[in-house]
Amino acid sequence: MNGNLTIAMPKGRIFEEALELLRKAGYTLPPEFDDSRKLILDVEAENMRFILAKPMDVATYVEHGVADVGIAGKDVLLEEERDVYELLDLQISACYLAVAGLPGTEMNDVAPKVATKYPNVAAAYFREQGEQVEIIKLNGSIELAPLIGLADRIVDIVSTGRTLVENGLVEFERIKDVTSRLIVNPVSYRIKDEVINELVTRLSGVVSLEVK
Amino acid sequence: MSRLFMFEKPLGMRDTLPELYEKKHRVRSLMDETIKQWGYQFIDTPTLEYYETVGTASAILDAELFKLLDKDGHTLVLRPDMTAPIARVAAARLLENDLPLRLAYAGNVYRAQQREGGRPAEFEQIGVEYINDDTVSSDGEVIALLVSSLKKAGLNQFQVSVGHIGFAQELFKQILGTNGRANALRRFLYEKNFVGYREQVNSYSLSSIDKQRLLQLLELRGGDEVIGKALDIVEDGYGKESLIQLKELWEVITDYGLKDYVKFDFTIVSHMSYYSGILFEAYAGNVGFPIGNGGRYGLIEKFGKKASATGFAVRLDKLLEAMGSQEVSNTVECIFFSQERRKEAFQLAETMKAEGKKAVLQDINGVKNLDAFTKKFANTTFLIGGA
Repeated sequence: MNGNLTIAMPKGRIFEEALELLRKAGYTLPPEFDDSRKLILDVEAENMRFILAKPMDVATYVEHGVADVGIAGKDVLLEEERDVYELLDLQISACYLAVAGLPGTEMNDVAPKVATKYPNVAAAYFREQGEQVEIIKLNGSIELAPLIGLADRIVDIVSTGRTLVENGLVEFERIKDVTSRLIVNPVSYRIKDEVINELVTRLSGVVSLEVK
Repeated sequence: MSRLFMFEKPLGMRDTLPELYEKKHRVRSLMDETIKQWGYQFIDTPTLEYYETVGTASAILDAELFKLLDKDGHTLVLRPDMTAPIARVAAARLLENDLPLRLAYAGNVYRAQQREGGRPAEFEQIGVEYINDDTVSSDGEVIALLVSSLKKAGLNQFQVSVGHIGFAQELFKQILGTNGRANALRRFLYEKNFVGYREQVNSYSLSSIDKQRLLQLLELRGGDEVIGKALDIVEDGYGKESLIQLKELWEVITDYGLKDYVKFDFTIVSHMSYYSGILFEAYAGNVGFPIGNGGRYGLIEKFGKKASATGFAVRLDKLLEAMGSQEVSNTVECIFFSQERRKEAFQLAETMKAEGKKAVLQDINGVKNLDAFTKKFANTTFLIGGA
């Protein structure tokens, strides 16, 4: 039981960067890894099992303990508030959460509406600004909302800002910088402490190199 | 509101069907037995308590309480844990002449319903409260009893991680002084956010030695060697006192012969303000949530008596999950009878029960599918027709 580690990885953009980081940290991961369509990948040489999940779901797998550790964006952690250890800032997949909308527009006085994939983050942010807004939860293409009048503002992840520009939207406020984090289930953190300590040491070695 | 189907039960509620009931019962009795052997006395308290008293005193966060109103408009809670009700009873009725008091319980507790699965709103806890003794021996006894009862219940692989609320508290106070800055760090520990903790430490203008001391706190986990490392970063005072307690605790646990089950972890902060000394959590490898927890608390003072106490609570649902699918051997036998040999069948059943066996008496005419029914029993006897 001890020694065998299950890692929840986010599919898509972060996956490749995370994979590169693990390889830099000295973990031997087979090349076919990168374009496999399997959802569970066993790497016997490293005594590791990788599960591939939607980025938004990584923290869920880790909290319930079906994955010992995971790589999740800070945006997901802020939105989901899962009971997991956030051990390391992996400094990959940098982006930020921002408020955007059509240029020169004001929020509706009576019922200011905000469309977002991050209802908790958005509600908390506007509350801190002293504003009560109405949240409309969307699952993607958030930029549509202000364009066709569903909402006055959107709260979304911005990495290059190109999607905003191409759709004629502007960024109003920056909420929070986001990078990927190494998260750990609280029980695994204690029961598999040695393997996890090693993972943290090896990863933090390569992370700090990147920053310099 | 959508119309309910007849099979539905309220969100977060679970049935206990015979097989699970049997398993639960067995584990509960094994734990009960151990706890009684250690001389603890079981008590029961009501399911409903006042929100103003037990509800607010409890360690469970307000948002997690299951609330309702009584006919006078008082807010009631379904008891969220057993510690607060027991503190109430102890303070009001049982604490006398400053004597140590050892109480135990097994009962259902309730938490606010949650959408997500795996978070039942009602579950059983088994635990003890050791009241009015502030020696480290009493902290040790509670941890030893936790370990012993889990072992007795049949759990093989588990670990108890022990920390002390005073260490981090005092370290923060010594280095940061003001409560605001210390609280910020404590919150990061409580939220298990080590990234935020490190960023916060680095944002303070402190000497690099002090920063290092604060960062080292995150590394303080393992066996008794950790106490030595902890001694290096804390100055004299309550912080050192907490280490002396933990060192003594280690000796106590060692004398119980149970040190293989225990590790230290100085980052355990299970609650923002509830615990007042040594605290701990129990983990089994195959369950993602702690199976039990406990520690020293000052709760009884809220009920008007000055007494320090320690205790543990084990979640029966998580414990059963940790024990996996264990075969419950079916030992029930069935005696089929017809009218002619009814008396003989009843006498046989009496004899079997006297021998400690379990016997079902079944009128053969009451069973439509005999093959299927017979399969449910370990053994069958047919007393039918004329003898």
